[in-house]
Amino acid sequence: MAAITMRLPVARGVVGPGVPRGGEKHLVAPGDTITTDTGYMRGHGTYVEEEKLIASVAGTVERVNKLVCVKALKTRFNGEVGDVVVGRITEVQQKRWKVETNSRLDSVLLLSSMNLPGGELRRRSAEDELAMRNYLQEGDLISAEVQSVFSDGALSLHTRSLKYGKLGQGVLVQVSPSLVKRQKTHFHNLPCGASVILGNNGFIWIYPTPQKKDEEAGGFTTNLEPVSLSDREVISRLRNCIVALVTQKLMLFDTSILYCYEASLPHQIKDILKPEVMEEIVLETRQRLLDLEG
Amino acid sequence: MASVVLSEAEKVYIMHGVQEDLRVDGRGCEDYRSAEVETDVVSNTSGSARVKLGHTDILVGVKAEMGTPKLEKPDEGYLEFFVDCSANATPEFEGRGGEELGTEIANTLYRVFSSESSVDLKSLCINPREHCWVLYVDVLLLECGGNLFDAISIAVKAALFNTRIPKVRVLEDEEGSKEIELSDDPYDCIRLNVDDVPCIVTLSKIGYRHVVDATPQEEACSLASLLISVTSKGALTSMKKMGRGSLDPESIFEMMETGKRVGKSLHIALQKILDEEESLGTSRQKVGFLG
Repeated sequence: MAAITMRLPVARGVVGPGVPRGGEKHLVAPGDTITTDTGYMRGHGTYVEEEKLIASVAGTVERVNKLVCVKALKTRFNGEVGDVVVGRITEVQQKRWKVETNSRLDSVLLLSSMNLPGGELRRRSAEDELAMRNYLQEGDLISAEVQSVFSDGALSLHTRSLKYGKLGQGVLVQVSPSLVKRQKTHFHNLPCGASVILGNNGFIWIYPTPQKKDEEAGGFTTNLEPVSLSDREVISRLRNCIVALVTQKLMLFDTSILYCYEASLPHQIKDILKPEVMEEIVLETRQRLLDLEG
Repeated sequence: MASVVLSEAEKVYIMHGVQEDLRVDGRGCEDYRSAEVETDVVSNTSGSARVKLGHTDILVGVKAEMGTPKLEKPDEGYLEFFVDCSANATPEFEGRGGEELGTEIANTLYRVFSSESSVDLKSLCINPREHCWVLYVDVLLLECGGNLFDAISIAVKAALFNTRIPKVRVLEDEEGSKEIELSDDPYDCIRLNVDDVPCIVTLSKIGYRHVVDATPQEEACSLASLLISVTSKGALTSMKKMGRGSLDPESIFEMMETGKRVGKSLHIALQKILDEEESLGTSRQKVGFLG
């Protein structure tokens, strides 16, 4: 039975309270004057012209003592040391892989920053270099942590922990990096039956919760067995909920995703992406989050 | 087609999901994404339509110009298709990158409309062998989000429905030379009958089953797809196989049946929305590109 819905377009905005909680945010557009006071040091996203501090990007003004900077709302991922990212391998080069992480330059994963199968600790030899493609190929997804930032702004990643490595079966959702909230941990096992990795770079990975702890370090053998239908339904519903939250510009963290999932349960999975249903679910989620804080 | 790269595990996940009739976004194998249709968006055309199917955004403009009929069909007008893949859609289309895809889509549209019953071309004739209406259908790809052909055919049908061709009168002089007079009233125009205009349904084969309205990720998993054009009565006007994989004759037959079924529902949904839009008349709030 085919289900085809067509609608007339309606100018839609973001639903929810107009005034953000936590005080007024100073929003600026490129060219707006931030301040005419010359006592401030200028940070990222600003420039000085005719003794006025002017914004060069569209975003919110952040003030730390004497430092004024503008944090852009929609931007490529600017990585810091310690950020958890989900990336896709674009190239296999000598002794390193190039990883796409939605930043200005492709990130780099050095062969020495990658765990060997079985958790061996030794110097990488020429055979390891030739066998690189057996570990990670073009198109593979990995979870990694930012080790350092090169002088040109490219990120250097590492997977030197059991929880990072090649990702298996699941669904990837790409969102804007500014919508992912910075938290203590980015790996969540949601009670609804699936797990999610909230990459700081905006790549969200949803996958079925692994039944038992894998002995292999970093998951070198991918499990290609079919995922059960109940798990699939949970994953699809989570994916649609995340898309709904992103369309309504809500911050993504484990609680907001969980509340959105619970609010969407009365609806069918494919109905979540309909504009009216999306607004209703996100309104309920926003309300519950406000109640949680207040 | 803008292609995404997927890992082996992701492709396996998608394939197993299709097998169980539960796709990544919760749809069944025969469900379309929610579509938005709006006509009369470009003011200096005879008819226009914009269709948004998921992330795929198509704009079609139809311009009616006077021309000479083709030699082999002296008492009919004709349609000319041109497809422009804008660099807005994906960086691959920069410069001449989108030309190949554009010509492929245009040739498919010619083939789909090659059937005599699709559009009543005789109504486009003004003077046999001398003057006729030529409808230039221009398709602009604004965003590529999978399933281009279906979205384009829906937009073309909506734009043809919206097309208003001015009424002309042929006046005979004493010397015998013919003069063409355009009607003064801007609302005095003829409209095309789009009841038999076909819509394209693309069926992509993933694993052992086929899906309708594939997203770019699903297109990366499918090796072969069948493109069929169906009229509102369920008649097939053309068929084309795409992709480098092979199709079993049994599965081609199954895909044709699915395509006819889905095509009929597509026409019903589209006609309903076009009638609804028309009934709103001038009170309709035009959204256009700033909504």
